[in-house]
Amino acid sequence: MAGSNPNAKPMNLTLKVWRQKNRNAQGSIVDYQVKDISPDMSFLEMLDVLNEDLLRQGEEPVAFDHDCREGICGSCNLFINGRAHGPEPGTTTCQLHMRKFNDGDTITIEPWRANAFPVNKDLSVDRSAFDRIIQAGGYISVNTGGTPDANEIPIPKEIADRAFEAATCIACGACVASCKNASAMLFVSAKVSQLALLPQGHVERKSRVENMVAQMDKEGFGACTNIGSCAAECPVGISLENIAILNREFLAAKATSNNLA
Amino acid sequence: MFPDSKIPEGPLAEKWDKHKFNVKLVNPANKRKYDIIVVGTGLAGASAAASLAELGYNVKAFTYHDSPRRAHSIAAQGGINAAKNYQNDGDSVYRLFYDTIKGGDYRAREANVYRLAQVSVNIIDQCVAQGVPFAREYGGLLANRSFGGAQVSRTFYARGQTGQQLLLGAYSALSRQVAYGKVKLYTRTEMLDVVIVDGQARGIITRNLITGEIEQHAAHAVVLATGGYGNVFYLSTNAKYSNATAAWRAHKKGAYFANPCFTQIHPTCIPVSGDYQSKLTLMSESLRNDGRVWVPASKETAERLRKGEIRVSDIREEDRDYFLERKYPAFGNLVPRDVASRNAKMMCDEGRGVGSSGLAVFLDFADTIKRNGADWVSQKYGNLFDMYAKITGENPYEQPMRIYPAVHYTMGGLWVDYNLQTTVPGLYATGECNFSDHGANRLGASALMQGLADGYFVIPYTIGDYLAQTPPKPVTTEHPAFKQAEAEVRARVQQLMSINGTRTPDDFHKALGHIMWEYCGMARTAEGLQHAKAEIQKLRREFWSDLKLAGTEAEMNQALEKAGRVADFLELGELMVDDAYNRNESCGGHFREEYQTPEGEALRDDENFTYVAAWEYTGDNRASVLHKEDLHFENVKLTQRSYK
Ligand code: SF4
Ligand code: FES
Repeated sequence: MAGSNPNAKPMNLTLKVWRQKNRNAQGSIVDYQVKDISPDMSFLEMLDVLNEDLLRQGEEPVAFDHDCREGICGSCNLFINGRAHGPEPGTTTCQLHMRKFNDGDTITIEPWRANAFPVNKDLSVDRSAFDRIIQAGGYISVNTGGTPDANEIPIPKEIADRAFEAATCIACGACVASCKNASAMLFVSAKVSQLALLPQGHVERKSRVENMVAQMDKEGFGACTNIGSCAAECPVGISLENIAILNREFLAAKATSNNLA
Repeated sequence: MFPDSKIPEGPLAEKWDKHKFNVKLVNPANKRKYDIIVVGTGLAGASAAASLAELGYNVKAFTYHDSPRRAHSIAAQGGINAAKNYQNDGDSVYRLFYDTIKGGDYRAREANVYRLAQVSVNIIDQCVAQGVPFAREYGGLLANRSFGGAQVSRTFYARGQTGQQLLLGAYSALSRQVAYGKVKLYTRTEMLDVVIVDGQARGIITRNLITGEIEQHAAHAVVLATGGYGNVFYLSTNAKYSNATAAWRAHKKGAYFANPCFTQIHPTCIPVSGDYQSKLTLMSESLRNDGRVWVPASKETAERLRKGEIRVSDIREEDRDYFLERKYPAFGNLVPRDVASRNAKMMCDEGRGVGSSGLAVFLDFADTIKRNGADWVSQKYGNLFDMYAKITGENPYEQPMRIYPAVHYTMGGLWVDYNLQTTVPGLYATGECNFSDHGANRLGASALMQGLADGYFVIPYTIGDYLAQTPPKPVTTEHPAFKQAEAEVRARVQQLMSINGTRTPDDFHKALGHIMWEYCGMARTAEGLQHAKAEIQKLRREFWSDLKLAGTEAEMNQALEKAGRVADFLELGELMVDDAYNRNESCGGHFREEYQTPEGEALRDDENFTYVAAWEYTGDNRASVLHKEDLHFENVKLTQRSYK
């Protein structure tokens, strides 16, 4: 019943999967075989097959994060053959399909590795550090109600489009996982530039960038040394331009800090 | 006697304003003495939690996700309706109200829907102020498009990811309140029961999904914003974790469940490609604005195409049947979702479906590409085209997309009164998890609107009315009801762990999904529904005797999480079937084959079924009791929908 490719042959694969009981336990790579994998399956559907097999044999399935399975919620986060979200550029793990692999392949699957992202179990990691960075200032301080008419502030389309591009970050953490310093600069810069570009965000732009950067440092993310692997591996194409904007915002804030707290 | 729906007196357009004036207010100094639990952090939950915290209440917000931002609202693509009339094309609050009532096939409350249309305009203002990057025109003002059969352009959008951008707006407001200490956030925490003290909702029991710990939480009121139950069908466009457990637990503790059979099947999804399929992906129906839906005119051509003997391009124009344009010349490809879905099914039932399974129809952009160019199409739909290509391995710029209907949204849900309170005092339901605004069928771009309307602009007023009548004394988990609810939750978890059978949670879930899709899906019959009821009962018995799990409950255990949700789906599924069986008419998303016009259109029975079916739980394996809330239409005339 294959959809697009009726002639595609099922594949047999060797999986090398990181297993770790909990945050404090030692982990290790365990080998598994999966058979009859359709090229039309998504990568996570292939893992479903493995997990169903394991459970039927009374073994614990591999824990991994996922939800929407359509590339938008940012839950999925696998490090596949040494690359965040696997071999296909611009693609989340859940949107990666098995047609990108070949019969007989060995696939290594690991969790994101970063001090700021501790492992919960197996391939699932704790990315709450991202939430705390947003809590530090990734918003515009308006309460519900009493806001002006939406068309009161015209925003040039070009600016609105750039803000939108920055706002498409799904907080998956691939940028951190791909960076040898485990820096969260791309993630932070995406929110900073979205709000710095929009007139609504101007009022708080100085305190925002300072507080978010301070929280980022506090969470134990590494420093940015301009290597650019983050943007190369980002599944939604957040551009390095945002890091430039962040740096500019940060310097401007430092020079004329109105963050009196 | 049916519980009071609390619809305010007076003319439609004045009801909400009057009500806001009449509700009791909590003294500002007292607000900090009230604790409110909000379960779910999607649009309805995050907006409610943030807005209530801004007012001064202490909020505890719960999500089973690792971050509030991952809630399923994030996946909504198309847009959000609002009666702004920015396009000067004749839109108004009344027109949005009217379209929603009519689109819902006259099975929603006038007063609720009118309020929804009224506050829709505030939502857009709110979101723009938060920095939501809606699409704009070159002049810098907001852009709109017409969506899902609407004849005015009232839909605001952010490329193909309006849900994500709106959710990030609500999430940012929520995050700000977390930083202020007004919201305490519990992530990876699943609600497994609601606690009722002296007839009032006073807390919840949760399981920490990382450590397995079971915990008690007390509050003066509980708001459920836990989404819909489309995953009862196993395959749906819902995210994998989306489930009915919170709502179902509340139902079993006394909250009526309304119109469970009203499910929406979305016409433009990527077809199933194999048994391993874990979910279905929606392609925004905005695609129907520019794509043309067709199948081969003859069965023979369709068959040759399926076998690969001919290619799409070999089929001449006159051998193609643009069936929506042919049957509904006025609306064409933009007929409402239920009509589009049912017609696609009819074509496939006739043997004219495409794709190797024959369960698909074409959505073709060739004419639009010829007229406006591939760049134009890519500007508008680029991300959707990319997504389609990624999933199917086909290039939709070169060959038509294949689409098929899939379960997408559930209009039914917990019964709520005008204040969004369930039949349990102090227990509220907002967003998709209530039944309130969409009747038997939801219009495109109205889910986001309802979630945010409930959370930003309705619950902050209506919950105050309840709290103002509740003494501002601290609530604790002292009461024995907490201990008892916790014991029940523990017993259930242990029971699941100890069955030690042979079949996995997914195995049961798939089996349930097959039954639901076959007998309670796009077309239903009395006979089929009776059969389904027996099948579900049988499957439920098997589940409780043959389930297989591994590991322990005192750790992260995703199979255990799934098992608990499937157990609840196995009960809810039966109620959906009961409801579909009871409703001897066709309306909106509910199509009973026995009730159709000679042309095959849905045939309502207004005389006997102009009511909300609200079901009361009476005990395990006991028949639920039906209560009817009669619907009164004072402002619109009931007409048979016709999109001819
Ligand atoms: S910037 Fe890209 S890689 Fe980093 S979290 Fe956002 S979407 Fe993921
Ligand atoms: S599961 Fe949502 S982005 Fe992959």
